[in-house]
Amino acid sequence: MDLQRVSAVFLRQIFLLRLNGARITNVFLWPALDLLLWGFIATYLDRVGKAQVSFLTVFLGAAVLWGFLVRVQTGMMTAFFEDMWAHNFFNFFASPLRIWEYTLGLIATAIMTAFAGLSLVLLMAWVFFGYNLFRLGLFLMPFMGILFVFGVALGVFTSAMVLRLGPSAEWLAWPIPFILGPFAGIFYPISSLPKYVQPISWAIAPSYVFEGMRGVIASGTVSQMDLLLGFVIAAAYLLAAALFFVYIFRLVLRNGLFTRFSAESM
Amino acid sequence: MASSPAVEIDGLTKVYGNIRAVDRVSFCVRQGEIVGLLGPNGAGKTSTINMILGVLEPTAGSVKILGERVGGQNRDIMKRVNFAAAHERIPGNLTVWQDLYVFALLYGVRNARRRIRELLEEFSLSAFEDTRVGLLSSGEQMRASLAKAMLNRPELLLLDEPTASLDPSSAKTIREKIQSYTRQSGAGVLWASHNMHEVETVCDRVLFFSHGSVLLEGDPRTLPQEHCKKDLEELFITVAREPLTLELE
Repeated sequence: MDLQRVSAVFLRQIFLLRLNGARITNVFLWPALDLLLWGFIATYLDRVGKAQVSFLTVFLGAAVLWGFLVRVQTGMMTAFFEDMWAHNFFNFFASPLRIWEYTLGLIATAIMTAFAGLSLVLLMAWVFFGYNLFRLGLFLMPFMGILFVFGVALGVFTSAMVLRLGPSAEWLAWPIPFILGPFAGIFYPISSLPKYVQPISWAIAPSYVFEGMRGVIASGTVSQMDLLLGFVIAAAYLLAAALFFVYIFRLVLRNGLFTRFSAESM
Repeated sequence: MASSPAVEIDGLTKVYGNIRAVDRVSFCVRQGEIVGLLGPNGAGKTSTINMILGVLEPTAGSVKILGERVGGQNRDIMKRVNFAAAHERIPGNLTVWQDLYVFALLYGVRNARRRIRELLEEFSLSAFEDTRVGLLSSGEQMRASLAKAMLNRPELLLLDEPTASLDPSSAKTIREKIQSYTRQSGAGVLWASHNMHEVETVCDRVLFFSHGSVLLEGDPRTLPQEHCKKDLEELFITVAREPLTLELE
């Protein structure tokens, strides 16, 4: 493992962000718009409803945490796409760069973009809605840890999928977090889903975070066993995604797809 | 290790389904030698270069670079190798300087900024250092790719039609630069080209590829006469159209 090569992959992404303001929208604009949308919906519901919990607290917390997961996944995936769009895979993988170093460079990019977006969103939540995510206290750390690991797993999986199927598979990659969204219980308890759907929810790590978050808001506590289970599930997804990525990378080397990538091998 | 060939290929084979793109190819490029790869499109030249670079896995055979076997995730040897190819330019969405800096980090180049400055001057790119590569003319992009290829002062340099998009004057300058670099550094160069004049001028030896195999090998200045052909171009056309007539000789 050579950290200089990891930093080269990361630095290329920094240069790209600096060169073109349009790329900044992915980092800041979408999370900010999401926050405003859910903030105003929650404010309205709080005003008209007579619920025992604050919609603002539940919805904004969920929107911020879900946004963080989506930004981790898309941060990693778009960094990968930048190399795909620029036909850079051949140049990179004909150099001393190893696949793990490349992947770590993408993860570093995802960390930077996700936390940059999160910082803005936290500031806006506080300024516009008086909401402070840090009221979740120390539980925030495991929540974000689980979402981060799961987001990286999704990013690795979608990158591998596009690497195998070619550039047009980009259209399959973007909706993936939104396909998982309804099952993750972001804005509602898992118990409100039909019984036959609930096993799917408990098989994905974000469900444990959002159930936990509602538990903290309602009772100030959360099952540590559930948190541990969420983390183990996220780590298992990451391991599976990493193995899948390595398998696809080897397949691409065998088929010579790096030199014929735009052929869309689907 | 100093006496190891720059690259040594033994029984290299690549099969795609029923197609043998490269068929038991064996050759070596000695240090300080420029070897030309000639052959019609689809003859296996680029696949051979890609297997040396490790971006294409061989079906069989081995590649040794500077005495070290290439394969799997053993990429350290690639610090001593580089390439420029007409079909694989450096990314167009960064400036020339930024691209070169990223690749300098990847190849572990010491004093990267100073080395980049030298190469920008050497390849007449100083005026474009802050210009995005994609906005340059194809000849300028090729020069930027060549500058990238020289970043780490490679001991093995792989070139796939490096002068394809250059005007005759720039192409001549580039040829002279690479010849001079090879003489000074003792690097081995593998040079795929369709330009017969270029091959005759630059290469110490040529390998004629046909249907994935090396059909002929020799000095580009004497090889045509050895096969009763007027020049390298006539020999090339025979290899492309009637390789069997040469095999029977």
